[in-house]
Amino acid sequence: MFAQKQAQAAHADWREFVIEALIRVLGFSTIGFVLLIFLFLLREGVPSFYKVPVSNLFGTRWYPNFDLFGTLPLLLGSVLVTVTAILIALPLGAATAVFVREVAPNWAREILKPMIEVLAGIPSVVLGFFGMHAVAPLIRGTLGIPTGLTVFTGALILAYMALPTIISVAEDALDAVPKSLRDAGLAMGATQWQTIWKVVVPAARSGITTAVMLGMGRAIGETMAVMMVTGNAARMPLSLDSLFRPARTMTATIAAEMGEVAQGSIHYHTLFGIGIILFLLTFLINLAAAATIFKKRRRGGLR
Amino acid sequence: MSRYRMQRLGFALLTLISLVVVAPILAVIGIILVEGMGAISWEFITAMPFDGMKQGGIFPALVGTLLLTLGTAVVAIPIGVGGTIYLAEYARDTLVTRCIRLAIVNLAGIPSIVYGLFGLGMFVLFLRMGTSILAGALTLAIMTLPVIISTAEESLRSVPTEFRTVSASLGGTRWQGIRYIILPQALPGIITGIILGLLRAAGETAPILFTVAAFFLPRLPQSPFDPTMALPYHLYVISTQVPGMPIHIQHGTALVLLALVLSMNLFATIIRSYFRRRRQW
Repeated sequence: MFAQKQAQAAHADWREFVIEALIRVLGFSTIGFVLLIFLFLLREGVPSFYKVPVSNLFGTRWYPNFDLFGTLPLLLGSVLVTVTAILIALPLGAATAVFVREVAPNWAREILKPMIEVLAGIPSVVLGFFGMHAVAPLIRGTLGIPTGLTVFTGALILAYMALPTIISVAEDALDAVPKSLRDAGLAMGATQWQTIWKVVVPAARSGITTAVMLGMGRAIGETMAVMMVTGNAARMPLSLDSLFRPARTMTATIAAEMGEVAQGSIHYHTLFGIGIILFLLTFLINLAAAATIFKKRRRGGLR
Repeated sequence: MSRYRMQRLGFALLTLISLVVVAPILAVIGIILVEGMGAISWEFITAMPFDGMKQGGIFPALVGTLLLTLGTAVVAIPIGVGGTIYLAEYARDTLVTRCIRLAIVNLAGIPSIVYGLFGLGMFVLFLRMGTSILAGALTLAIMTLPVIISTAEESLRSVPTEFRTVSASLGGTRWQGIRYIILPQALPGIITGIILGLLRAAGETAPILFTVAAFFLPRLPQSPFDPTMALPYHLYVISTQVPGMPIHIQHGTALVLLALVLSMNLFATIIRSYFRRRRQW
């Protein structure tokens, strides 16, 4: 009987060994996936960098039918839409986070937080659809411009898509401000508002920076909503009124054109090349955001 | 201005901004609900589209999205849960662990259209799966991983250390402790993470553009190697690619997609709050 028990234990050992090995492999798998993604982007995208002359690739005209692959208007389109979106989302998001964390009565918090989760769950194609049918006509009407499908419309939709990220990260940052700082502020005779404005928000600054960066990463990679509402004109957005004209982003270009290109053509490789640029951009943004997270932890000591 | 008046002004401003944030969310849901209700009927849900999609229903797109979500679940759940257990229970704070965390942050940040490119390059072309449910589900599964892992890890970590030490003191091995003590305690959080991840997969369009989605395919897929219509892509197609599309069909499709995703969201919220109340520690 003892031998039998031992055999059972050995059996269990063997099974556990397999399971633990499997778990280890699965743990490491995420690194593998990132590498695979980068590898396949390189495999399909790198040919564009030696098949298309650099002056063409970073030129100002994107007309693939005439072998003009200037990615500059797309890059600037993405940057313009993203920056505008963040300029809208940062004040809205930071203020909402402060309201939820510091000011709102319980019942308002109970309504706001689920609403923001709902916003995070709405598919981007639905927001794009809403933007086309409700926001664009409104903007065209109020501003009296020929089309409502503009950079500004796209930025507005993107701002709301970035809000859940910004709010939740900013909220965590406010949460991490020690209570002693607040108490000290109030004990000095400052009003609650002065404490928030002069003590709590500055103390949470690095976390709010992280929130903005993560929101930016989300905005620059957004595809469907942007494609549906920014009008998709690949022109250099340099004039002052560019904000209220159509533009085209890198993501929208890939989404709109990949379905129609011949596989293996220069156009095909160039679209993958744009994918490489997007991958590296978001990687750097997230790396920077993660670095501030790590720094905060190290400084936090016991916490 | 007195500083108390300043405070009242400041609080009023914050309240106003929060309203500006919430109002459009209500507007999106409200408008799509009101405009879309008219299109919803039994036929709309269960019929094939015809006449260039201008008539009939969205049945194949709905089924396609459900199948894709199911496929994503089959691939993503084991990888996600295994990865979570490793990170929460086995990994020490080493350079490699930091790399894993960085990889997860990075996976979460990769644009959805780049996932689409990757799926096209690896699954559709290199592994010769063609545009198929399999290729799409694999692509969506990788995209879903960071959502599952980050939510589930939090719930594994929230199980008190005493549970682990007690299990070990009773002679349990590490795996037994995880299998019989930690996982059951953390299950609601894991399920929440899985639902949140799948909800994202169900609503995504960009990753399936070149890996699964069929423009117009009025029959159901017969195997995982078939392409299929999918709800988000269908909404994109009928609202931008088909001229003269009746507006109520567009709104109806948007409503079905929104209802599907939001009900999953609601389900996750209910599970979370129900178990949080029942938790004994």
